[in-house]
Amino acid sequence: MPENKFIVRIKRQQRPDEAVRWEEYELRYRPHLNIITCLRDIAEHPFTRDGRESTPVSYEANCLEEVCGACAMLINGQPRQACSALVDGLEKPIRLEPLTKFPLIRDLQVDRSQMFESLKRTKCWIPIDGTYDLGEGPRMAPAAQEIGYPLSRCITCGNCLEICPKVNAHTQFVGAAILSQVRLFNMHPTGAMHAAERLEALMGPGGIEDCDNAQNCVKVCPKNIPLTESIAAVNGQVIRHAIKSWLFGLD
Amino acid sequence: MRHPRIIVVGGGLAGLMATIRVAESGVPVELFSIVPVKRSHSVCAQGGINAAKNLKGEGDSTWQHFDDTIYGGDFLANQPLVKGMCEVAPAIIDLLDRMGVMFNRTPEGLLDFRRFGGTLFHRTAFAGATTGQQLLYALDEQVRFFEAEDKVKKYEGWTFLSAVIDDGGICRGICGMDLKTMEIRTFPCDAAIFCTGGNGAIFGRSTNSVVCTGSAQSALFQQGVYYANGEFIQVHPTAIPGEDKCRLMSESARGEGGRVWVPKQAGDKRRGKDIPEGERLYFLEEWYPKYGNLVPRDVATRAIHKVVFEMKMGLPGEPAVYLDVTHIPREVLDRKLEGILEIYEKFVGVDPHVEPMKVFPAMHYTMGGLWVDNANQATNVPGIYAAGECEYQYHGANRLGANSLVSCIYGGMLAGPAAVRYARNVEQGCENTPSSAFDRERVRQQDINDALLNQHTGTENPITIWREMGDVMTENVTVIRYNAALKKTLEKLDELSDRYKKINLQDRTQWSNQTLNFVRELGNMLVLAKAITLGALARNETRGAHYKPEFPSRDDANWLKTTKASYKCGNITLEYEPVDTSLIPLRERKYTAAK
Repeated sequence: MPENKFIVRIKRQQRPDEAVRWEEYELRYRPHLNIITCLRDIAEHPFTRDGRESTPVSYEANCLEEVCGACAMLINGQPRQACSALVDGLEKPIRLEPLTKFPLIRDLQVDRSQMFESLKRTKCWIPIDGTYDLGEGPRMAPAAQEIGYPLSRCITCGNCLEICPKVNAHTQFVGAAILSQVRLFNMHPTGAMHAAERLEALMGPGGIEDCDNAQNCVKVCPKNIPLTESIAAVNGQVIRHAIKSWLFGLD
Repeated sequence: MRHPRIIVVGGGLAGLMATIRVAESGVPVELFSIVPVKRSHSVCAQGGINAAKNLKGEGDSTWQHFDDTIYGGDFLANQPLVKGMCEVAPAIIDLLDRMGVMFNRTPEGLLDFRRFGGTLFHRTAFAGATTGQQLLYALDEQVRFFEAEDKVKKYEGWTFLSAVIDDGGICRGICGMDLKTMEIRTFPCDAAIFCTGGNGAIFGRSTNSVVCTGSAQSALFQQGVYYANGEFIQVHPTAIPGEDKCRLMSESARGEGGRVWVPKQAGDKRRGKDIPEGERLYFLEEWYPKYGNLVPRDVATRAIHKVVFEMKMGLPGEPAVYLDVTHIPREVLDRKLEGILEIYEKFVGVDPHVEPMKVFPAMHYTMGGLWVDNANQATNVPGIYAAGECEYQYHGANRLGANSLVSCIYGGMLAGPAAVRYARNVEQGCENTPSSAFDRERVRQQDINDALLNQHTGTENPITIWREMGDVMTENVTVIRYNAALKKTLEKLDELSDRYKKINLQDRTQWSNQTLNFVRELGNMLVLAKAITLGALARNETRGAHYKPEFPSRDDANWLKTTKASYKCGNITLEYEPVDTSLIPLRERKYTAAK
């Protein structure tokens, strides 16, 4: 193979009910190339390495700067964002596969709407009385902001669910991203007023008890969110809430 | 009383704010978005959001904000509404704060503010260097609440194809395509609010997200909505050039003290950090002593072009200059700029805490857009509203940094209630529209799909056409504009439009066919590219981001007017309307001194 070429192997599946096939593409190397550009190169010339005409690869992508969360996939077996995965740092041939913990749509594209549903079920928002002018928000110590801000950078990419052994067909575990969001909303001065509702949503099946403390999540988070700290914090809150409810019958 | 039916297309800041306002008034909303709304392009906004809260004891005021905005926009914006936006901005910040946005704080627990381009005040509230993301998430969460209450129904993974317009010229619904099943369907509504963002993809590589194609605006333009001031395109001075996109390095880097420079000795091969202070040319500080590195974006971009192309003093081997934050304490960088420095390190592989960053201008923002009237965000087609970057009215000839977020939210705040008012008073609800109007539009759109899917003799590749369009638009219709080059651009666009007719789709499946959708967007991009170029060709003056060396001055006598492009049977015509300058008298715009 010429020196300025490299190979990308892609797991293709035209529809969820159709057969899986692997395809190999030979691409031209350029410095700073990322996986997104590889996929665009294929779309411009959708011919496999052995010269067979194929179709452009389906995948999700939007911001291309690792802040929207869209382009998560398995790259050499690791869940990560395709935009920030530079060809330079990857072992060749490069292997691309869709995330496995979410329903497949096509090729590298999956349906992650379950995460947004979980955010809904756990009431991950700050209740406000209305958008009319009610004056300033609550004051917040800079130190509190410095805990909250990193949590609020979660891009809902799903990497932490992908890597988690407890997210599988037999559980309904919401996953680390959602637990961390609950921590974020529970620590906000207004959000704290409604913490009990969020904790109760985490007490049933699929909630905090499903976490096995494998601690894989924190290693694949592209935003370095302290997910294990969040899980520990929320676990503490759930236990305290359960004890209080048991002792007093109410919060 | 019947419930009016409202549709919002686009789930960025403007679309979500409009959705919230409509839902809050008790009217159900159907919200359409290509991507899950939480992944909208608003996430890319970095530096902050402007509001003259005057929390730094500087004597800032909403009037100062208004004046900076009008002056920064080179007097092309209609003034009364900009004044309205600046007056509401402090309340918008308060609202976002109440929604839980993790804004940076002062030791007293108040909101912190930083400086931004085109102003001398600390007026920009920020959440690290990912402010747009934080704001979008806050609105996304509020919409999720309304969704849980069944007041909002989301159609994520749907793209907008066209409006359903009845024989009376009134919008009665929209026609969309499910990007998974490729089903084309019409949805009746009394009013539709479009919040479909900018059009960076027309320029190939920009700082915009993949979905920012301008396709929806172009489709509406082709259906009779005016497109205003299309020629005003903002090129951001500091981005990391890339093959798939140019990644923004926020103005906030300069707001926090970052400095732009090149070696005084052209071709100096030493590493940036090894070049001593005395051998660096801080050209923005030298040329613009009052504003320094924080001149408005059009000014900074032209200065960088001058240094690199006219003075030949760019960095050796590449068109770039340094953006340097290495002198700022690490603790400050981590607290205030972490988000963008992380992007630089990840995509370039160099640590910007230690080495100056290499940056170059890139297409960034669409000042022009769908024409809307002043107070209601209503277009000229009854029932069609627009807010956010896809409309034209807040930024004149150049947008000030950190004004986009506030204009999106303000536009959404106005558009929502205005659409509800219209829908409540509309003479006949959409349920009384003859079904033929809907069938006609659905069939027209299905025919376009079928023609593309059934064309087997095509030879042209859509990505190739797109890349060629982007190259010619970036070369001739961004920073510097010459009439001869603009004419050549129009010829090139005609050539590409001809080749577009011979596209080979390569993918003929009826399931998540992203190529089909892209090809449809590409067709719309080509039309809008032409409207932008025609506007630029006609405007023989220099104003804000529109720079013509052949006509180097602002020409208020002839060009103090809004461009309105209209489309009929494949032809684009330009007309003009006066600008409302009733509040701030015209004056020369120059940043060499305080204004």
